[in-house]
Amino acid sequence: MKTKKAFFLVPYLAWIILFVILPILLILWYSFTDSSHSFTLSNYVTFFKNGTFLKMMINSFWYAFLITLITLLISYPAAYFLTKMKNQQLWLLLIILPTWINLLLKAYAFIGILGNNGLVNKFLHLFGIGPVNILFTDFAFIFVATYIEIPFMILPIFNAIKEISPAVIQASEDLGASKWQTFRYVLWPLSRPGVESGVQAIFIPSLSLFMLTRLIGGNKVITLGTAIEEYFMTTMNWNMGATIGVVLIVLMILVMLLTNKKTKRKKVNL
Amino acid sequence: MRNKHLIARIYLSFTLVLLYVPIFYLIYFSFSSGKNMNKFEHFTFAHYQTLFQDNRLLAIFLETILLALLSSLIATIIGTFGAIAISAMKKEAHKNTTLALNNVLMVSPDVIIGASFLIFFTALGIGLNFGSVLLSHIAFSIPIVVLMVLPRLNEMDYSLIDAARDLGANSWQVFSHVLIPTIMPGIFSGLFMALTYSLDDFAVTFFVTGNGFSTLSVEIYSRARQGIDLEVNALSTVMFLFVLLLVGIYYFITTKKSRRKNHRVIGGLVK
Repeated sequence: MKTKKAFFLVPYLAWIILFVILPILLILWYSFTDSSHSFTLSNYVTFFKNGTFLKMMINSFWYAFLITLITLLISYPAAYFLTKMKNQQLWLLLIILPTWINLLLKAYAFIGILGNNGLVNKFLHLFGIGPVNILFTDFAFIFVATYIEIPFMILPIFNAIKEISPAVIQASEDLGASKWQTFRYVLWPLSRPGVESGVQAIFIPSLSLFMLTRLIGGNKVITLGTAIEEYFMTTMNWNMGATIGVVLIVLMILVMLLTNKKTKRKKVNL
Repeated sequence: MRNKHLIARIYLSFTLVLLYVPIFYLIYFSFSSGKNMNKFEHFTFAHYQTLFQDNRLLAIFLETILLALLSSLIATIIGTFGAIAISAMKKEAHKNTTLALNNVLMVSPDVIIGASFLIFFTALGIGLNFGSVLLSHIAFSIPIVVLMVLPRLNEMDYSLIDAARDLGANSWQVFSHVLIPTIMPGIFSGLFMALTYSLDDFAVTFFVTGNGFSTLSVEIYSRARQGIDLEVNALSTVMFLFVLLLVGIYYFITTKKSRRKNHRVIGGLVK
């Protein structure tokens, strides 16, 4: 019996040790050493003393926050309306399908769409505006990132709203609540688990969309994800790259702890 | 009430248009004889001809598929074993710790996974080539397989195993005739998710691939950085059709299998 258990456990445990624990330890070790492998804190000193890194950190979070917020604003009504539709399965399939197209291809499409002679500028030209330089700006980065994340936000919210019993909404209306009150005190709190999982699914990946900042955002190093890529692949200063990575991991854990606490604290009182 | 329905329709249609414009924009210009995505010149199949004569790209395409098949298959085996091992754990604390470690790669940003794997391979002296990419893809696909298989194991009726043993089945027979068939739907969705993870990955591959090996994502990235190339547009049409086929197959198989849990089934399509 024992040997059989080991047979299942060993390859999986080997994976955990080699590809989960060891890489974390290695990235930590690199962040605390210099290029000659001797212990140093100088990477962290550089990170927190040098204004550019701190600015980048704030930027990353600000952009991730904006992307998440705009995605939520567009996706929530879409998810809500989706629950009212007759052919839900078909609509859902149509919304999910674009997530299957390679991310790089979608980003590439926007190089054409947002260009000076692209679709958006042609549209603006109809109104006598233009040509506006959109490509290679921070706005373009946020726009494309939002586009990519929308389906990932619609789905969890849709599932959450779908589980709310229509009787609850009807009860709220019968008791004289206005549309806004029904939304604010019934629909929103009950659909919050969906919103939260959507936010978590978008916020963290938004921190590491370095290929978008490279292709669409004008090759500038504006987020921590891009900085890590820059230090690992271009300047080859792995120690500094690892340091940024560790800071990103710590911030990520903080964000997750914060959102988890909130869910526990705010239980719905009906 | 009807009015409300209309707003819903308009809003959803608008969202869909937004989601599909970039894809059809690419496909539309793949038939243009021009050199950019600004003006449609003449209808032509020229870019498709270049695409199908581009041996380098075709080789990359085949290697990407080989990589996805191999990595998802191995990840499914290790992940299923892992799920079986986790469900057999007696202490709740052990289970939770293992699951927490399992989920580390699920929540880490891709750049971190890529960077730490790059350090890992270099530290162990493993060269950056097909092997390192394969190992990475197996590594980041295992947790999702575990998460797909584990619920099936938890739902399983363990008296089935006792019954099989009472009827004289040996360990191998219990495993292959009782356990595996019962959790097969979970294994299948795990395999499918692993397949899409691998096909779709860019960031991790970008870090751990050397000069000799490239996947489709990495290749598209390096081409897109050089500007617009309508051969990439033609490629996107081909990939769009490929995805339609894949989704069609998945949809067909799963809806046939479990008609009742329909909305969950579609949810399974999300990466």
